[in-house]
Formats: sequence, C-alpha cells, structure tokens
Amino acid sequence: MSDARQTTRYTEYHPRWYRSRVSTWWWLARWPYLKFILREISSVFVAWFVVVLLLQIRALSRGPQAYAQFERWLQHPPIVLLNLIALFFVVFHAVTWFNLAPRAMAIRFRGKRVPDLWIVGTNYAAWAAISLVVAWFLVRS
Amino acid sequence: MPETISLEVLRYSPERDTEPTFQRYDVPLNKDWVILDALNYIKDKVDGSLTFRWSCRMGICGSCGMMVNGEPKLTCATFLSNYAKEGRPVRVQPLRYFPVIRDLVVEVTDFMSKLQSVKPWLIRKEEKPTSGSEYLQTPDQLNRYKQFSMCINCVLCYAACPVYGLDPVFIGPAAIALAQRYNMDSRDEGAHERMDVLAQHEGIWGCTFVGECTKVCPKNVDPAGAIQQYKLTATIERFKSFLLPRGAK
Amino acid sequence: MAKQSNEPVLWTLFSAGGVVAGFVMPVQLFLLGLAFPLGWIPAPRYEYLLALVRLPLTRLYLFALCFLAVFHWAHRFRYTLYDGLQIKHLNELIFFCCYGGAIFGTVLAGYLLWNVR
Repeated sequence: MSDARQTTRYTEYHPRWYRSRVSTWWWLARWPYLKFILREISSVFVAWFVVVLLLQIRALSRGPQAYAQFERWLQHPPIVLLNLIALFFVVFHAVTWFNLAPRAMAIRFRGKRVPDLWIVGTNYAAWAAISLVVAWFLVRS
Repeated sequence: MPETISLEVLRYSPERDTEPTFQRYDVPLNKDWVILDALNYIKDKVDGSLTFRWSCRMGICGSCGMMVNGEPKLTCATFLSNYAKEGRPVRVQPLRYFPVIRDLVVEVTDFMSKLQSVKPWLIRKEEKPTSGSEYLQTPDQLNRYKQFSMCINCVLCYAACPVYGLDPVFIGPAAIALAQRYNMDSRDEGAHERMDVLAQHEGIWGCTFVGECTKVCPKNVDPAGAIQQYKLTATIERFKSFLLPRGAK
Repeated sequence: MAKQSNEPVLWTLFSAGGVVAGFVMPVQLFLLGLAFPLGWIPAPRYEYLLALVRLPLTRLYLFALCFLAVFHWAHRFRYTLYDGLQIKHLNELIFFCCYGGAIFGTVLAGYLLWNVR
C-alpha cells in the first residue's frame, strides 16, 4: 500500500481545516440511521430467544413440574410483553434480512442477472414453508 | 410560486473563523434552477466570497457534491423548486465527514489515496501489444461490472456512510465498488492483488451494510451491493486458501 | 497474502445465524412466547415435547439454531457497540465479551441438549 501513496503527498493534518466530531447520537439524526440501529438491536432479541429456548430445554429435562413452572413463568405479563417486543424485532430482522439478500448475491443465469424480486420472493416462500413445518411439529400434541 | 427562496449556506473562512457559521441569502425561485444555479447567483450578484466546487453542471464530473438539508446531493442535479414548499430555508453545507477547507469546499485526499490503494486499473500478467490486437469482451461480460463502472467519484456515498464518519480508516464504498469494477472485468487478472487491501478490517469488513451509500448514489452504482458481494468472494477465497493451500492461486 | 483476517469465518457464522434466525425464530417465538402461554393455541403436552426433544435430529436442529443464532448476535452486537457507541478503545474487551458470550451459550446449549433425559 505504501508505494501507491508515494506519488503525491498532501499534508494530512492542516491546522485550519474545520473538522466536526461525529456526535454519539448520530443515529438519531436521520430516520434511515435509526432504522439501521433498530435492525442491529434485533440481534439482542435473537439472543433472548436462545435464552428462552435453553430455559425450556432445561425445564423439560427437570420433569413435568419444572416444565409447568416454566410455562407459568411464560404467562407473567412482563415476560409476555418482552416476548411480544422480541417477536416484533425478530420479524423485523427476518424481513430486513430477506429484503437485503439479493444485494449480497449477484446470481447470474445465462448471462442475465436474476431479478431481485425473484430472490426475495423465494426467501419469503421458503420462510412460509419452513414456518408451517415448524408449527406442524409444535402444534400437534 | 413565490418569487424568492432562502438559502442558509455554511460559511467558514480559515483566516477569520474558528467555527463555521450560517449565512442566509435570498435567491430568485426559477422553476428550472438547481441549487448550483442558486449558488452561482449568490456568487455573481450577492456575495463574491462564497467558495464552492463545480464543473460540468450535468452530473458527470462529481465535483458539486454538498449536503442539502442534511442529505448528500449533487447540487447540479437537485432542483431548487423541490424545497419551495418546506417553509424554511434550504440548508447547504459541505459534504459530511470530510475536513472543510473553506465554505463548501472539502478535502478529499483521503478518498483519493484510498482509491489509489485498490489499484483501479486493469492488471495483467502480460500486456497485449497496443497495435493490432484487442481484448475481446462479450456484452454479458461487460454487464458483470458495468454498473460499478458508472462511479463518478463524487464521494456522496462517503458523506452518507456512518461507518466512514465514525472510523475514518474505513476504505469506503466508492473505493470498494471501483475495486469490484476491475475484479469483475474479464480483462483483469489482478483480483488477488486487490484482496490484500480489501480483506482487512479497514476494508470490506468494516462495512455493516447500512445501505445509505447506495441510496444517495446519483449514478446507481450500488456500492453496498458491491461490498456484500465482495464479502462473499473474500470468504470463499479464505476458505479455499485454508482448505487447499497450494491450489488456491 | 497479507495477514489473514479471521473476519470471513465470523461473517459466515453471522450470515448463517441470520438466515436460520430469520426462517425459524418468528414462528417458534410466536408459538412459544405468545400463542401457547396466552392460550390462543393449545400448548403441546409435556410428554410429547420431551419425546420430540429426545430425538437426535431435534437435538441437532436445536443445537444448530442456538449456536448460529448466538454467533449472529455476537457479531452484530460487537459492531453495534463499536460503531454505535464509539467506544473503540474498548475494542478488545467488546470482542472477547461478544464472542466469549457466544461460545458460552453454545457450550451451554450443547450441555443441556446432551443431557435431556
């Protein structure tokens, strides 16, 4: 990299240039930035779901009473609220992820680029199918 | 349509000021004027000291990038009348995240050196002689990189990228898009040379796919897409070099 | 090649985690966190769930889900702290807390799933 910079050297620090500091609240300044940060925060709720899942598995291992207690814990209003918020964020994650997927993959078929909408559509179709399969396993008793 | 519109323009004189200030100007509201026309009107008729860059006035040279009401725009491609109904003055500021030299002029050497570091030219093991031979390329091969070749180096994408603002060592959207332009060019043989620069934390891995760069790009280059595609390429190369150390190159 | 960064591996885990989380978590969280506790849909019986989780395939599925999802969180959260809060000087600490937490979560998931009686 150093040889590329030998050609023209400009003084990198100039005392009279004005440089403004980026505020800690930069992400509040514009709606697209806020949406981005919310999207990133969704990962916290993804981790929260793993916590709930692990608690469920632990309760299953400990017997029917422990599991019943776990189910009662899930019914506490603050936990229901938390899970409602978590659901919103997890869905937000899924939607933003599927919508952005085509940009990360430039799939070419016979020389032409596959339209973004096809990839997005495939993602949503797969999402519906997989959800149905998972629900089928959980809803039957 | 009202007769005039107000502009609030950032003024900064390195000899006089320590902090920038805003100065308000009233300009005629002509329906075919762009922001650049308004700035030139101010410079010609109202305040000759106003300093700004511009050249082609038709969206191809990339010189006139500025922040208009907080969004990076080419001032030659942004109509004044779009802001007539806002009820408040149009704020014109220099491009964000770059040092301000004077008024609306910013220092873009950082971008220039980063661009140079990704070697944005065709790299070949052996050059063909200039007379009598050509590099043949089909339309499909052209389409693989054509979008990225539309970049006019206006650096609006840098002004939109929060990662660049927070971490100025980040190589930035346009540099990566232009590296991809050459990586995807069938005539180029230099992809591995560029990878050293790109596959660093200051290269593609600093990007968190905010996507604002693509939104503000006036030429639809989609730098965000270029970066994500390159992440995939770099990952495949990394796994290949790990699994087949001698077969990788 | 210049120093080989480990970012590609972490990014791959992040991407895989994002895909898995996107496909599977909405329905599972909806059922487990809302529909069953609030009685909208009858919850599965304990014996049925236990039998389901005991199956090796289910254990593998749940382990993969936990492992990938938690590394997805680690990668994304690390960048959010780095960029969003501008606490770059704590870079190494953030790195170890995030990926360390992910490793801990993975080990815990593996342990719990292995020991389902």
